[in-house]
Amino acid sequence: MTVNLDSSSFGTRIGTEYRLSLVDKLVRLNWLVVLLVCLLAAVGCAMLYSAGDGDWDPWARRQVIRFAGGLVLMLVIALIDIRFWMRMAYAIYLLSFVLLIGVEVMGQVGMGAQRWINLGFMQLQPSEIMKVATVLALARYFHGPGLEEIGRPTRLIIPLALVLAPTGLVLQQPDLGTALMLLMVAGAIFFVAGVRLWKFAIVIAGGLAAIPVGWQILHDYQRERILTFLDPSRDPLGAGYHITQSTIALGSGGVFGRGFGQGTQSHLNFLPERQTDFIFTMLAEEFGLMGSLTVMGLYALLIAAGIIIGLRSYNQFGRLLAIGLATNIFLYVFINIAMVTGRIPVVGVPMPLVSYGGTAMLTVMIAVGLILSVSVHRDQRISRHALERDT
Amino acid sequence: MDRDNDRYRSLTRRTLVLGGLQLGLFGMLGARLYGLQVTDAERYARLAEDNRINIQLIAPARGGIVDRFGRDLADNDQDFRLLMVAEQAGDTSAVLERLSTILPLEDYEVERILSDASSRRSFVPVTVRENLSFEEVAEIEVNAPDLPGLAIDVGQLRRYPHARLTTHVVGYVGAVSESDLTGDPVLALPGFRIGKTGIERQHDLALRGQAGARQVEVNAIGRVIRELSRDEGQPGQDVQLTLDLDLQRFTQERLASEISAAAAVLDVETGEVLALASHPTYDGNLFTSGIDHTNWNRLLNDPHTPLNNKAIAGQYAPGSTFKMSVALAGLETGVIEPDERIYCPGHMELGNHRFHCWRRGGHGSVAMVDALAQSCDVYFYELARRIGIDRIAEFSNRLGLGVTLPLDMPGQRAGLVPTQAWKESIRGEGWLQGETLIAGIGQGYVLSTPLQLAVMTARIANGGRAVEPHLTMRVGGPDMPINNPPAPSLGFSEASLNVVRAGMIAVTSGPGGTARRSQIDEPGFEMAGKTGTSQVRRITAAERAAGITRNQDLPWERRDHALFVGYAPIEAPRYACAVVVEHGGGGSAVAAPIASAILHETQRRAPARPLLQAGDPAPTEDGQGG
Repeated sequence: MTVNLDSSSFGTRIGTEYRLSLVDKLVRLNWLVVLLVCLLAAVGCAMLYSAGDGDWDPWARRQVIRFAGGLVLMLVIALIDIRFWMRMAYAIYLLSFVLLIGVEVMGQVGMGAQRWINLGFMQLQPSEIMKVATVLALARYFHGPGLEEIGRPTRLIIPLALVLAPTGLVLQQPDLGTALMLLMVAGAIFFVAGVRLWKFAIVIAGGLAAIPVGWQILHDYQRERILTFLDPSRDPLGAGYHITQSTIALGSGGVFGRGFGQGTQSHLNFLPERQTDFIFTMLAEEFGLMGSLTVMGLYALLIAAGIIIGLRSYNQFGRLLAIGLATNIFLYVFINIAMVTGRIPVVGVPMPLVSYGGTAMLTVMIAVGLILSVSVHRDQRISRHALERDT
Repeated sequence: MDRDNDRYRSLTRRTLVLGGLQLGLFGMLGARLYGLQVTDAERYARLAEDNRINIQLIAPARGGIVDRFGRDLADNDQDFRLLMVAEQAGDTSAVLERLSTILPLEDYEVERILSDASSRRSFVPVTVRENLSFEEVAEIEVNAPDLPGLAIDVGQLRRYPHARLTTHVVGYVGAVSESDLTGDPVLALPGFRIGKTGIERQHDLALRGQAGARQVEVNAIGRVIRELSRDEGQPGQDVQLTLDLDLQRFTQERLASEISAAAAVLDVETGEVLALASHPTYDGNLFTSGIDHTNWNRLLNDPHTPLNNKAIAGQYAPGSTFKMSVALAGLETGVIEPDERIYCPGHMELGNHRFHCWRRGGHGSVAMVDALAQSCDVYFYELARRIGIDRIAEFSNRLGLGVTLPLDMPGQRAGLVPTQAWKESIRGEGWLQGETLIAGIGQGYVLSTPLQLAVMTARIANGGRAVEPHLTMRVGGPDMPINNPPAPSLGFSEASLNVVRAGMIAVTSGPGGTARRSQIDEPGFEMAGKTGTSQVRRITAAERAAGITRNQDLPWERRDHALFVGYAPIEAPRYACAVVVEHGGGGSAVAAPIASAILHETQRRAPARPLLQAGDPAPTEDGQGG
């Protein structure tokens, strides 16, 4: 073990003297987080088994295989040196951005709006990867500047551009949920990094002023979703149907639920998209308040663990990365549950690790992998200007 | 270093704020879940049940209708229907093409099927063809593997095995119309039929039964997933009629030799209707699955009105058959003695009018029995004048004329026996005595139905008891008690009735009796009766001067109605019969032979014999008396 906690090297340069063996890294790995991920994935798998009417096909089996792959990827990411990720942050962002433009162009050229790239074993949505890539890039950017520098408005132009460029592209698709998540996770990082509150106030005020303009840009079906959200009874058999049926399913679950595989709303197809966006509803129908609160608790633990890992990191990049990614997971969970309980419009955000779907699971597992990497390399001090000099 | 520490402190502080915010938002969601899953859980559980559970009605099997010996008059036939489920069929046009090699389909049928299929959800069955024969069913079943999505479904179709003989009594069923909806959900079932006329309508509720119901679980698009519970309901009750199918057949067929006629046969002791015939008739089976336009128009426009049940709804001037009623009224009111003679010179003067007897030369001096036997009009002009119209009406009503009889069948008409008050209120004119005279021979305003005439005859024959005509023997199977309405005495004296009956006996047996030639010549079966010939037009003075035009020379619709009422046997009367032949001519020439034949046949069959008890072997088609 060559852990060097000598404070003389603190913050001066990339600590090349600070090296961990694989065994050290495995020991330092936050196994609680790994356990939480596995538990949530197990819940997801059980729900997909139920969603398939008590069958491993068509969803549960494939989800397990993906999870196994994702788990390996997560652990590999966790074990790679945090400084590698910091070095690669902009490159990953750039690659994701190019992919995003790529599907945008393909979608325009080809027939219909294709949002994914077929990797054979799964379909990759660049907009999902973009969520992690944006956090990486922002964490990388805010690693350097101190509070005074952040105070200078000009220093905020580049990070704003880093956020708004993909947000605009994603809105074009149009994917309201992802765009909102990008904005909110960026906001969280800006906030934690130390951007003054009055600047947020200005941006929010500007955003509110832009609503009339934004309303014009929105597609009809997005407007419809918002209007239906505001008053679901407008269209009980149309767009409001999903929300109505989802609340009925949730409510009919009661405290203890209707039993595994016994949810009538889910199994008789009253509940739409029960294997993806509305899987939490199905869980709440079949396991009741006990089940829904337990799953929320697992997520809360996972998110809290991510934030604590961030706080315990000795480098700003790691702190911002872990907190940003934990916030990202929070946003997934919050938006999804708020959506299925009828608190916000149906925006199409899956329940991470539980919902069926490759990209969302992969994205979240990459995020958790990065959080774990922050955790493993928490004692790594990184010079504020180290990379500027290096590169 | 310090700068990084500043930065870290700021970050920690702000991260705690962020984390607190996240925790708060999660708390909000938790509260929302609590609200949904605890506070409102019951309401949502109910909504979820409403969502998934659908109640479907099962149509009950309609009760059967049988005659007094248990022979089927109405039953349910299996109706084999071919249904197609588009979802299972796949390529529907190809399947129909293959089907048409077995079951030829017209182009318009294929078009209808395809448009039905495309307008419904793909799992909803579409009717391809109804009323399949056994051969067609077998052929389709054999080829089932080549005909995916096609299935034979068995429904029920009402069938009347003796429709042309019994349809006026039994009636028919038809589709439920808007005005029939009473809130009974079974009425809303597609293809449900209810009684429209006759007994089918009278006993519709009993025949209908109670609908069953099945609870099924359906999914979001309404497809049935599974059955949760099933209640078969109550099949309809059987209705047994007092009719004797064989006698009904004989009567109906006997009437068929005329253009338009009606007859009723009653058991004088019980009031049971043994036969009720109206000619021409029609086939009630035409109506069960919806009659087509051609047939409907043909029935509707027929001048001899086959749809009309003339036995209960045909109203005719009773003519001389009314004379028993007048005679009885005269005796009971004491205005005449049985042996008082009245001189008939062939006419009677009243005011400026001369009222003619049917026999131009007159009957000379006649007492009541002879007056009935020879149907002397002058005798009854005088008698009616003495009694007065109101008392004639009162006695006639008691005998069943001019009143709505308590008949257990819809469609009855009340006929009419006028009173002074009636004319006052309807016409606004005072009653003329001449009209009493005309009424005294059953002409003028007097109208009655064949059934009323039969009831009158029965009440005279049975010693003056007010039997109620009825068709329902029992409802609900052989264990139920036989319907036996009370027959209270009408309060006539036996002596008066004996005189009237003696007159009726003289009609068929006495010298100069108007129906001597029609007397039943089998000993013990002899009948008593009365002829009637009622004018449907006035005989003008010019016609009378030129010699009365013979009936046969008139167009059919202007000829006289021929009537006959009678009972048999003469000793211990058991059966009463009334026959009306529309525009048939003379009662003695046309109606009496028919009534004679019917009463003869009735006695040979003796439908009033003690009925078989439950458990005895069922009677055969040709019956006991055949």
